[in-house]
Amino acid sequence: MQNLSLYLHIPFCIQKCAYCDFLSAPASDAVIDNYVDCLCKEIVAKAELYGQNVVDTIFIGGGTPSILSIHQMERINTTLQNHFVIASALEYSIEANPGTLNGEKLSCYRACGINRLSMGLQSANNDELKCLGRIHDYQSFLDNYTEARKCGFTNINVDLMSGLPGQTVQQYQDTLSKIVALQPNHISAYGLIIEENTPFYERYHNTNATSSLPSEEKERQMYYLCRELLSQAGYHQYEISNYAKTGYECKHNIGYWTGKNYLGMGLGASSMIHNTRWKNTESMVLYSSKATEKEEVIELSTKDQMEEFMFLGLRLTKGISCDEFKERFEQSVRSVYGEWLQKMEESGLIVWEQRIYLTKRGMDLANYVMTGFLL
Amino acid sequence: MQEKIRNFCIIAHIDHGKSTLADRIIEKTGLLTQREMQEQILDNMDLERERGITIKSQAVRTIYKAKDGQEYIFNLIDTPGHVDFNYEVSRALAACDGAILVVDAAQGIEAQTLANVYLALDHDLEVFPVINKIDLPSAEPERVIEEIEDVIGIEARGCPLISAKNGIGIEEVLESVVAKIPSPKGNADNSLQALIFDSIYDSYKGVIVFVRVMEGRVSKGTQMKMMATKAVADVVEVGYFGAGQFIPCEELTAGMVGYITASIKNVKDTAVGDTVTDALRPCEHPLPGYKKVQSMVYCGLYPADGAKYPDLRDALEKLQLNDASLFYEAETSVALGFGFRCGFLGLLHLEVIQERLEREYNLDLVTTAPSVIYHVYKTNGEKVVLTNPTNLPDPSEIDYMEEPIVRAEIMVTKDYIGSIMELCQERRGRYLSMDYIEANRALLKYELPLNEIIYDFFDALKSRSKGYASFDYDMKGYERSELVKLDILINREEVDALSFIVHSASAYERGRRMCEKLKDEIPRQLFEIPIQAAVGGKVIARETVKAVRKDVLAKCYGGDITRKKKLLEKQKEGKKRMRQVGNVEIPQKAFMSVLKLDDDK
Repeated sequence: MQNLSLYLHIPFCIQKCAYCDFLSAPASDAVIDNYVDCLCKEIVAKAELYGQNVVDTIFIGGGTPSILSIHQMERINTTLQNHFVIASALEYSIEANPGTLNGEKLSCYRACGINRLSMGLQSANNDELKCLGRIHDYQSFLDNYTEARKCGFTNINVDLMSGLPGQTVQQYQDTLSKIVALQPNHISAYGLIIEENTPFYERYHNTNATSSLPSEEKERQMYYLCRELLSQAGYHQYEISNYAKTGYECKHNIGYWTGKNYLGMGLGASSMIHNTRWKNTESMVLYSSKATEKEEVIELSTKDQMEEFMFLGLRLTKGISCDEFKERFEQSVRSVYGEWLQKMEESGLIVWEQRIYLTKRGMDLANYVMTGFLL
Repeated sequence: MQEKIRNFCIIAHIDHGKSTLADRIIEKTGLLTQREMQEQILDNMDLERERGITIKSQAVRTIYKAKDGQEYIFNLIDTPGHVDFNYEVSRALAACDGAILVVDAAQGIEAQTLANVYLALDHDLEVFPVINKIDLPSAEPERVIEEIEDVIGIEARGCPLISAKNGIGIEEVLESVVAKIPSPKGNADNSLQALIFDSIYDSYKGVIVFVRVMEGRVSKGTQMKMMATKAVADVVEVGYFGAGQFIPCEELTAGMVGYITASIKNVKDTAVGDTVTDALRPCEHPLPGYKKVQSMVYCGLYPADGAKYPDLRDALEKLQLNDASLFYEAETSVALGFGFRCGFLGLLHLEVIQERLEREYNLDLVTTAPSVIYHVYKTNGEKVVLTNPTNLPDPSEIDYMEEPIVRAEIMVTKDYIGSIMELCQERRGRYLSMDYIEANRALLKYELPLNEIIYDFFDALKSRSKGYASFDYDMKGYERSELVKLDILINREEVDALSFIVHSASAYERGRRMCEKLKDEIPRQLFEIPIQAAVGGKVIARETVKAVRKDVLAKCYGGDITRKKKLLEKQKEGKKRMRQVGNVEIPQKAFMSVLKLDDDK
């Protein structure tokens, strides 16, 4: 029987960041408390259906999960432990933001069995943090980071962002150097995307305003610099935006790219089990009344599965295995995608051997490569 | 009964309020309640409402109870005001006995006021003026009345002073219609003689012809004959025009305006301007039809998706039924595949047809650079009538070329005379005369090459006069000119659909701006793309589209794979709207960029 990953969504934060389009918002204690009730109910109900699978990764994401009180966190954890079969070799992550963390919370996480801490730093430059609308400064991150190590966290990720308004390559380099010096085990380095319905969209989406955003060339320079610096510091790139010390790759996220079963719980959480995808409601009112209702249920056809196999698998630097494709779909990858693969190989965007993976240039143009796998 | 009919239209310069007056007339005559009123009822094309212009003539029948206690039948025909649609106007006029001339109380007479009045007088219509927008602070009805009498020479003293928008003076207009517009002549007992002034294709009823019955009568079962095409068909239904709907009736008799549906198989059997008669009791002579219109502007229309070619052909055939001034014939392009070379009355007409094809027939189109018709005289004595720049013979075979020249009349207030004259000079205009029609306004006359006005002359005229200039033109003829073909090379390959003909003196400037424009329109691709403009094989301008550096989703949406896939699908959709030319993907709108070269100025 296949193992299962669990994702729990905590859709709350102290204040909404100016670039953020995730499902998250500030809320009162009462609302959060009520949400924890509903989430626990959902955990119990979903465990009835999927609890026979051994859980080997858990990811508590948000929003800002570290906004939860110790009591709330313990309730969720106890419910999980009581209703699911948890593997002994468990990767158990929580997202935490500086400004909401303290020693007590960190100790609580450890006591719950949480063994991976993902810290949303984004930048070591206080002006950049301010521009993003983050509530913390670099010093508060440093304090939390030291505290976390003290509490026994041996697997810490730090989130960074490039391509910020007004950001120079030098500024980004400063951030990278400072973080590398701390030696976290994992670094996620994302590029800023201006999403609709965010304050950043209003500020930067029209062309005259984009001048304050780094040019395409500058943005790529930052990306290359990151890859270069992190590789020198012993981090290897295993996904388009993710770097890790060997053995510290995020198993939970790799699961998303490789078609592993995962069960999402909480507001708007996505799930994929046995080639069926669904999403929970994004309405807090609906969620509060019937937390277990599925929305947007999609049964993946063979065509969908092949598409996903390709465009998700190619996000990983090791790419996809041609043998695995054949085993799974009973056709060769050549017979399905031969023409596009050849074009991409000739354009120098992929390497096509026993495995198929993106070249460095291919990573710059990953979307272009991936559109060709939509049938 | 016949003496109670009034067939009339409203003519005006664009924006002087003729469609609004039509709305008020319909409202006041009780055909619709105020609740049912939708603004600009007769402009029922979405396009017309959005642009605030009338494109098609529309007819509506209403009943008016006049102050004399009698009920009158009004057949009101709304007409376009733009010079491109003069042809529509003259068709509508032939179905009328009189016309209301609407003049803006602030703007006074404009170029198209004159053009439309002369058209109406040519058709022997009774014309009476109405001064509109008298509630505007800048209204000067006295001055405008004087202007009408001086410039046009029709009586204007005591004419209705109205505000169509606010419903002021409408009653007076209706009474004037009864008093001043003659009832139709003709005798219902004579042989049937009816003029087709429009027709449309309806998917349920088939071809519907709009007629003005001059003599005789027509009803269900009449065997009708189209005199020019000789086609014969049994009448299925006759009726008149409600607001936006067809209302069947027993029969149409002399003097009436209405529609006929019949067992007409081929859309080509019904030519607008043809005369309908009774096959069993034909009239002696057909009515004088319309003069055939000459297309002024040509361009290529191609389906964005090559497989939609038959759909485009069907759509053009049906649209031509509704718009006889549209011309088309099949052609092919190396860059764009199979399509049609289409002829239009002007650029607005072109845009309107393009939008109607896209909306009413759900087609995605690529339009090539518009061109006028050039005459090419070859060294071997042969003359080529050129509608497509691609077909220009090799320069070594050309003796000389001629281009069409128009006589333009521009009416402009004193303050802007200078800038308008400058504009005309830039467009290679030849100054003819300037007359002050009143202390503050002048009528400028110029001869201008047609190819200098088809692109953006209207826009330039408006922006340089802050809207205070109006413009009308007619063809003068052909003149010899120094013309060259400007070719555009993308990634070193000539793209035939982007070639256009230009005066040699402006080739460099046009080429440079075209390259700049295309650089903005063509998205970055895997490799660097040179864009060049060339005349006779010699490159005169160049820009470069740099290679794409980044196209990647550097963000984690967690397990929301559906969202990732939607993003990829959207991107793939976008690529479908591109045309592959050689190795380069060119967005459809890039082919129109030649039109908008003045945008950034």
